[in-house]
Amino acid sequence: MIKRTLIQISTGMLLGLAALSAQAVDITGAGATFPFPVYAKWAADFKAASGNAVNYQSIGSGGGVQQITAKTVDFGATDDPMSGEQLDKIGLMQFPAVIGGTVPVVNIEGIKPGQLKLTGTVLADIFLGKVKKWNDPAIQSLNAELKLPAADIIVVHRSDGSGTTFGFTNYLTKVSADWKEKVGEGKAVKWPAGQGGKGNEGVAAYVKQLKNSIGYVEYAYAKQNSLAWTQLKNQAGNFVQPEQKSFAAAAANAKWDSAPGMGVVLTEQPGADSWPVTSATFILVYKDQSKAENGRTTIAFFDWAFDKGAKTAADMDYVPLPKDVTDQIRAAWKATLKADGQPLLK
Amino acid sequence: MKKIQRPIHDTIFRFVTRTFAFLVFSLLAAIMVSLIYGSHDTLAKYGLSFLWTNEWDPVQSEFGALVPVIGTLLTSFVALAVAIPVSFGIAMFLTELAPAWLRRPIGTAIEMLAAIPSIIYGMWGLFVFVPFFQEYVQPGLIAALSPIPFIGWMFSGAPFGIGIFTAGLILSIMITPFIASVMRDVFELVPPMLKESAYGLGGTTWEVMWKVVLPFTRSGVIGGVMLGLGRALGETMAVTFVIGNAFQMPGSFFAPGNSIASALANEFNEAGGLQKSALIELGLILFLITTIVLAIAKLMLMRMSQAEGKKS
Repeated sequence: MIKRTLIQISTGMLLGLAALSAQAVDITGAGATFPFPVYAKWAADFKAASGNAVNYQSIGSGGGVQQITAKTVDFGATDDPMSGEQLDKIGLMQFPAVIGGTVPVVNIEGIKPGQLKLTGTVLADIFLGKVKKWNDPAIQSLNAELKLPAADIIVVHRSDGSGTTFGFTNYLTKVSADWKEKVGEGKAVKWPAGQGGKGNEGVAAYVKQLKNSIGYVEYAYAKQNSLAWTQLKNQAGNFVQPEQKSFAAAAANAKWDSAPGMGVVLTEQPGADSWPVTSATFILVYKDQSKAENGRTTIAFFDWAFDKGAKTAADMDYVPLPKDVTDQIRAAWKATLKADGQPLLK
Repeated sequence: MKKIQRPIHDTIFRFVTRTFAFLVFSLLAAIMVSLIYGSHDTLAKYGLSFLWTNEWDPVQSEFGALVPVIGTLLTSFVALAVAIPVSFGIAMFLTELAPAWLRRPIGTAIEMLAAIPSIIYGMWGLFVFVPFFQEYVQPGLIAALSPIPFIGWMFSGAPFGIGIFTAGLILSIMITPFIASVMRDVFELVPPMLKESAYGLGGTTWEVMWKVVLPFTRSGVIGGVMLGLGRALGETMAVTFVIGNAFQMPGSFFAPGNSIASALANEFNEAGGLQKSALIELGLILFLITTIVLAIAKLMLMRMSQAEGKKS
């Protein structure tokens, strides 16, 4: 008698659980730290809108790739795009999710945000330790109207491995042969000069406190800490200010189909208004989804985020993907993603 | 005679406690094994030369431990050089000189310093101490000390505020409460008769402390210092905030550098391949350094107690 009741109760519970899981699907993702704030906000809004929870762990891009390779998460996130060869080997599809801008920031007495002009080669020479003083002719000639001090430049870089550093060094590698030969690009590099702050907040704190310093941070940190960002000369030869418009211009002018998995690094893109140190962050999902329901929810999340999340992203100083890019991504989802031999999306 | 039977729960109790004790051993061994396993790539590639290679280039995948090892040792050295005399002063004041009503509040204040989480020290260091030090203290120190022949280079360079010296100073504030409270406790254990006899013979407070109390409590004092050193070697967050995190050989005490613990905290998140292996080997080196330091401390204590045994 008791046994029977127990069986009845447990079957009831099982059915209940099954019913619950059919209603709401919880998906997990892990990876890049740079987009974590916007993913977290998106996840909260998406849960309110659809009832499905997205659990995102910001464990770092390297960790994101490892976790998706080990199939412990529904999607991985990385700041440096994987190559087509790597993607094919594991069977992953890659697409960009959101864009951010990296900006050089300085702390020089009397210099306001957006006043100082720099070119890529001068920036590279400063970070190489070759241009040592703020009144060096290389800098002064670009800024005839500014009075620059005869002080030593204090270089501040990131001490932790990060997507921000990847974008910044990728840019310097593209614009300076000297940088390419001596340092190269990566999430962490062998810095020839200066000192490191941990995280965007660490670099922002150092630049804020050390007079005559220069560093680089995500745009949001420069804005929130009211640091003096600089203008940069882009590929078209124009000096541009770091702002939503110039980041979006870089994204719009990029040739997204030029790299497998849309893995374009958005630095030094063509276009009159393009900010040269722009970078996208990427999502990784399996082409062949073993759990169709989770796969569909993952795609539904990003599909929702591209439309409804765009304003949230912009408010948080990220740059939403341009419409034609999201159209390309949606087409790629339909063409590529499968579950049990059938297309994942109807 | 009736045979005393050991109750069964006694046997169980002994078995359980023994298991707990052996658990510590097996944990230690497991940590060691997993560190060695995790670092086998760099161990195989560089061997022992990893220890004295001054190179950390994640792009070219070339790694060496010299900079963080030197940084770890230098910051701990600065920390001890500042903390030991200060702690000795505190402990001496509290046990010999302070009026009774002052002992408790000061003692409690010192113990509270020990309870502050290390990240608070780091943030205080970066946001309060560093700007003050850079603006008002460091330029003067550099101007005064750097022209001195032979040792001047140790204090040369630009006033960044952050660097090896600042990291050492913050560490010294963190370890002073540990060393001071151990010193105070062992000083209080000195039999009053010993001290009173010394005073009776006309000894000054200083002579009593230096010639009677300190020799009597030597092993306890060294134990306290080692406790502090252990914390200084492994401290992560506070050091990361103020050391400058640069993989360059520090040219002076005021130059930015790196320590093993802060290199791990900085780079582990996004590291892969050989870099990860190099970082795990750094962890192994830190493990070995602390083990060696503790072993030396134990050895010194053993030697001393033997010597003391011979004298009496």
